[in-house]
Amino acid sequence: MENTPAIRFENITKAFGTKVVANKNVTMDIASGEIVALLGENGSGKTTLMNMLSGIYRQDEGEIYINGEEVQITSPKDAYDLGIGMIHQHFKLVDVFTSIENIALGLDKKTTGANKEIADKVQEICDKYGFDVDPKKKVYNMTVSEKQTLEIVKTLYRGANILILDEPTAVLTPQETEKLFAVIRNMKADGKTIIIITHKLNEVLEISDHVAILRKGEYIGTVPTSEATVQSLTDMMVGEKVELDIERPEIQDKKLRLSVNHLGCKDKYGVTILDDMSFDAYGGEILGIAGISGSGQKQLLESIAGLQPTEQGSSILYIDPETNTPTEIIGKSVLQIKKMGIALAFVPEDRLGMGLVGSMDMTDNMMLRSYRKGHNIFTDRKTPRDLAFKVKDELEVATPGISTPVRKLSGGNVQKVLVGREIATEPTVMMAAYAVRGLDINTSYTIYRLLNEQKKKGVAVIYVGEDLDVLLALCDRIAVLCGGKLNGIVDGRTATKEEVGMMMTHLHENGQKEQEVQD
Amino acid sequence: MEKTKAKSAREPLFHIVKRTDIPKWKAWVIRILAVLAALVVCGIIIVALTGKNPFEMYKFMFEGSFKTERKFWKMLQDLAMLLCVALAVTPAFKMRFWNIGAEGQILMGGLGAAICMKLLGDDGAQLSNGLLLPITIITAILFGAIWGVIPAFFKANWNTNETLFTLMMNYIAIQVIAYFTFIWSSGSNTVGKINAESHAGWLQLPREVDKYGYLLNVIIVALLTILMYLYLKYSKQGYEISVVGESVNTARYVGINVKKVVVRTMLISGALCGVAGLLLVSGTDQSITAETAGGRGYTAIMVSWLAQFNPFYMILTAFIVVFLQRGADELQTQTNRIINADFADILIAIIIFFIIGCEFFINYSIKFRSRKKKEVEA
Repeated sequence: MENTPAIRFENITKAFGTKVVANKNVTMDIASGEIVALLGENGSGKTTLMNMLSGIYRQDEGEIYINGEEVQITSPKDAYDLGIGMIHQHFKLVDVFTSIENIALGLDKKTTGANKEIADKVQEICDKYGFDVDPKKKVYNMTVSEKQTLEIVKTLYRGANILILDEPTAVLTPQETEKLFAVIRNMKADGKTIIIITHKLNEVLEISDHVAILRKGEYIGTVPTSEATVQSLTDMMVGEKVELDIERPEIQDKKLRLSVNHLGCKDKYGVTILDDMSFDAYGGEILGIAGISGSGQKQLLESIAGLQPTEQGSSILYIDPETNTPTEIIGKSVLQIKKMGIALAFVPEDRLGMGLVGSMDMTDNMMLRSYRKGHNIFTDRKTPRDLAFKVKDELEVATPGISTPVRKLSGGNVQKVLVGREIATEPTVMMAAYAVRGLDINTSYTIYRLLNEQKKKGVAVIYVGEDLDVLLALCDRIAVLCGGKLNGIVDGRTATKEEVGMMMTHLHENGQKEQEVQD
Repeated sequence: MEKTKAKSAREPLFHIVKRTDIPKWKAWVIRILAVLAALVVCGIIIVALTGKNPFEMYKFMFEGSFKTERKFWKMLQDLAMLLCVALAVTPAFKMRFWNIGAEGQILMGGLGAAICMKLLGDDGAQLSNGLLLPITIITAILFGAIWGVIPAFFKANWNTNETLFTLMMNYIAIQVIAYFTFIWSSGSNTVGKINAESHAGWLQLPREVDKYGYLLNVIIVALLTILMYLYLKYSKQGYEISVVGESVNTARYVGINVKKVVVRTMLISGALCGVAGLLLVSGTDQSITAETAGGRGYTAIMVSWLAQFNPFYMILTAFIVVFLQRGADELQTQTNRIINADFADILIAIIIFFIIGCEFFINYSIKFRSRKKKEVEA
């Protein structure tokens, strides 16, 4: 047998419960010494398949072969012994430990953080592949990118020959992504096999040798990257032709709706999270918010929503579309804001932990916004039930029924329930944080369409995003945050990805500077 | 690559998979099988350790609740009291407020009732029942509510740990009761029937209607069960409790005042414990000791959880617990204590272990090696 594949899956099936089949008869080969992108929409079973390879799950049926030999992987330790290492989306590091301590953790040898032998070997790995790891730095002081580097080094230290990276670029800036790709190429040059799970197609085309595609738990096929395009990959992933352009309707009637002035806030330890932020949001436009995660996006939206205590001197004025009178929002609770007649829709980042109650069904979740109505001590269930049916029909929510707990729905359908409920409040300001994170392509486009509809209705839409391609295609203006400061506002029609990426990481010399948009 | 352990290992015999959904009937079949399995295991242990006929033992246990009318009523009374406390702790637990202070709240409620009966009854102001009973009821409820609100207030404002707080409050309550029983009994620590002559402040129906004096308790708790069901399921406040319990973040996001809900819910929880104390002191014993609550404050937690916080299911789970306890008592008497309290406890523990343990098989299924099946296919 020539060219034994590094990994061979044979008839792998894995089901959760009776209804959800995560992988169905997957038979595929991963060639040795290549970079293979594993592509598929959410719920297509990519991560499940890799989890079986790394010993987290056990397949119901089928076999796995490593370098031509059948293996039984029953624990992550087995996977390590076979030279398989996985870098998860959520890093598995101990925050209060240093780099070296994290690497030493779980090794059989008796080791301490000061162990010279380990430090030397780590240095050797770093030099070989171009990593940059500070051995004494504690994890809680690290940026996301540094944590990820540490995870990879840790995996290499344990002798991994096959590396699996689960959405490694989701949390990185464009510059950090470039750095990551450079080391991935170095690892490939050293003969390692690398599997990248992702759904950023541009990156797939840039880094991989082959693309393996899964759809709804089934293996669709593997294509050489050189023969693929964004469109061809999308079509294979979705199973039908997909229109990939994001619409950006021209602004009809731009009216000042929110005026944020000198907004500041601190966390409970007194660390400044938002620093003297000022900008305006207009009805009829989509204002994008860009920034690496944790730059203050969450606190900014929550300040507007009345959930975040702010510093003295902060001001957020809401200008009523009918009377044109400004009202101060700062210092008001969520309920007070609502009672003042301000219709604020908010799609938070944490959908099931904040926007919805996972264990409740669609009706009860619709009720979150409306249950207070009336003086009856009992709740009115009829109106929210009608709304649940309406949302289910109009947004095509795939659910066994409106009485199924929303936690059991897929990510895209959860988001449709949440967005549907928020739009139903007929908002004048709509905020959405990472509204398409983890959603499949069709649902993402549904969300863009809904946001554009709100924009056309004259709603002031504020969209916090992480995918710069999307922000640049969807938003009229983009406010770029950097370390809790507003680093400038750019025009979505003219700005470039590099420009925004640079603003996300390098604070403007004059500090805050607003570039007014011509319209 | 070197030869590794994983390569040579055989496919594991079985692995565990979480079930996403299971039909209701199937869950009940598993539960009934679990009870049967528990009886078999108990039977083996009975034969092995005592040489007795297990069926005879089970008969004795059954008779503990059903042999005579009196035993039946006593069982209903115990069931009502345990259910009452379970109802009381449910709103708090549904809110994920770990109130293990029901014991103390019951005692304080009982103390409130006893103080009124003592000070305003035969030995004191000698109020008529028309005046004394309402005062007694209100005082008992208030005492229980206050005892419940204190930890809630601290939790809401300073995020103290409610588990430790409520537990400590139990010990304080026990000591307070000890103090009062000491005073009232002039040092003998047994209070005896309060107002034994006039029955002032006794919360009971006339003996002509209610032979054993338990009927009123049963009626009140039955009403409370229905009210609690409606409150949790259909009221706005019940809805707020569910939201706060599932996710404080979501509650804040929709503008629910979490502090207010925590305090209000513990007020209700404590007040209901106060009712339990009232029914025990004024309705049943007409006396008070540090043992009045009898561990119900803790047992009720299990009753409530097993019933998944549904008041109607709690009737069943409370019945199981009471039935086993009464059966164990009967077992001791019928066997002239050859089977003693400790042995009876072992049997109860085995049965409850199986009942709780079977939830694992309801939530997870075990998949055995699939190799054989595949060879047949091939």
